Amino acid sequence: MTALLETRGVWQRFGGLVANSDVSISVGRGEIVGLIGPNGAGKSTLFNLIAGVLPPTQGSIWFDGEDVTKLPAAERCQRGVGRTFQVVKSFETMTVIDNVIVGALVRNTVMNEARRKAHEVLEFTGLAARADVRASDLVPAEKRRLEVARALATEPKLLLLDEVLTGLTPTEAQTGVALVRKVRDAGITVLMVEHVMEIVMPLVDRAIVLDLGKVLVEGKPADVVRDPKVIKAYLGDRHAQRA
Amino acid sequence: MDKNFIERRRRDLITAAGLAAVAAVVPLFVKDVYVQNIMVLTLMYAALSQSWNILSGYCGQISLGHALYFGLGAYTTALLFTKFGVLPWFGMIAGGVLAAAIAMALGYPFFRLGGHYFAIATIVIAEIGLLLIQNWDWAGAALGIDIPVRGDSWLKFQFARSKLPYFYFALVLACVAWFVTWWLEDSKWGFWWRAVKDNPEAAESLGVVVFNSKMGAAAVSAFLVAVGGSFYAQFVSYIDPESVMGFQFSLLMALPAVLGGIGTLWGPLLGAVILIPLTELTRSYIGGSGRGVDLIVYGTLIMLIALARPEGLIGLFSRRKEAAR
Repeated sequence: MTALLETRGVWQRFGGLVANSDVSISVGRGEIVGLIGPNGAGKSTLFNLIAGVLPPTQGSIWFDGEDVTKLPAAERCQRGVGRTFQVVKSFETMTVIDNVIVGALVRNTVMNEARRKAHEVLEFTGLAARADVRASDLVPAEKRRLEVARALATEPKLLLLDEVLTGLTPTEAQTGVALVRKVRDAGITVLMVEHVMEIVMPLVDRAIVLDLGKVLVEGKPADVVRDPKVIKAYLGDRHAQRA
Repeated sequence: MDKNFIERRRRDLITAAGLAAVAAVVPLFVKDVYVQNIMVLTLMYAALSQSWNILSGYCGQISLGHALYFGLGAYTTALLFTKFGVLPWFGMIAGGVLAAAIAMALGYPFFRLGGHYFAIATIVIAEIGLLLIQNWDWAGAALGIDIPVRGDSWLKFQFARSKLPYFYFALVLACVAWFVTWWLEDSKWGFWWRAVKDNPEAAESLGVVVFNSKMGAAAVSAFLVAVGGSFYAQFVSYIDPESVMGFQFSLLMALPAVLGGIGTLWGPLLGAVILIPLTELTRSYIGGSGRGVDLIVYGTLIMLIALARPEGLIGLFSRRKEAAR
């Protein structure tokens, strides 16, 4: 069976800066894949290319067996790519339930159905009690959760999570991890960007490490964390030699 | 599920029906023509501001050039009637469709502009429209068009003896604009517009085609405003470029919504009910139109609102409700 998502030789240049160079990754159906790497490794850029925020300078992106390189973000969402934002982008003047309804409208044209779907998703993500609160009144952890809820309401095949676990207290992070597992168990493939290794490694089936815009290492989490190249990228030469 | 929500929607509808019923009997007791005139204008501006609110309040694209669509409606109706004998009822629809088409044609380049740049572009475009009409001889140029009034006629929608028919038409117009907003509020479009206003990038990631959403809002908004312009042409029976396409109309459409509560269902009506009588009264007691005393009055009002209650006067009601809960 073909992979759900594939990037083939993707390059992204911003003027003289090369953010992604020749990145080819693939994500299989039902996997949780972690995309990690130090700051400035090109994770967010790759993420935006997959979500369709901007087209790559070169290369192609394949989703569900089709070339989606030229499709804008809205159309990729309609095909089953859901995403969250690293810096949360809630619809601040709208209530939590209304935020989620916007997502649910992708696959439900009748308002009552969209509303029902949105309530289901709020139940699933543990936000049901906050349904009628304005998004601007949520605490940061809840806003992260709302990002996930909104994306789930679009009924994606692939969910892109951009640092949803970063900056949370350990307890909040644990509930976040539980939610990601629950999402996968619901049959949704997950690709998540994180730079906090301790949280992601136990969670993911496979990790892809980016460094300086290139794929550095790819493999099982346990192998990846022991790889000297990864240690070097994160901690510098001295530590790599000691390992 | 969501009993509160359905309950609130129903309450809005019942309140609106009640208010419309009360408004409908008022002129039976108030016979003063001057007061009736103010009531017609109040209802008309409520309708216009409600329409403006669709694009600028719900969808967040601040337009300060809606006078263009108002003037288009007025001129289309007047020209079709005086030059070709087309009844104003058809002129009204034609004006609306034309305005919607032009709004979309203008939206095509200008919706790519963000925030303030969009607002500035709308001012410029409306001014260009004004200049074009002023120099268009066939359309009466700066002299304008006199719509000949030959007795009362529903067919020609003109009434010399009584203001009442105008009043009822303006009431219907305000009701239609309110109802369209009420209906759109709980529709796919309504949700898309609010999402686009709050965060276009997030909206796009959730499958909302931002550009199309703006186009839809512009078309609906322009159509309704042009119908208002058609009505105004019949009401005053003489139009010239300044008196239907001047910048003050753009302001007068925006201000009630801003005062009452931008992007809310009741804001424009509330704002119009306060602002328009106030404007008319200051005009007649302090000085004629053109001196700008009325503008000073509501300039001050807007500043007070911006400082004390930025979400509009409607905020007074929701605050109290929240406190009561």
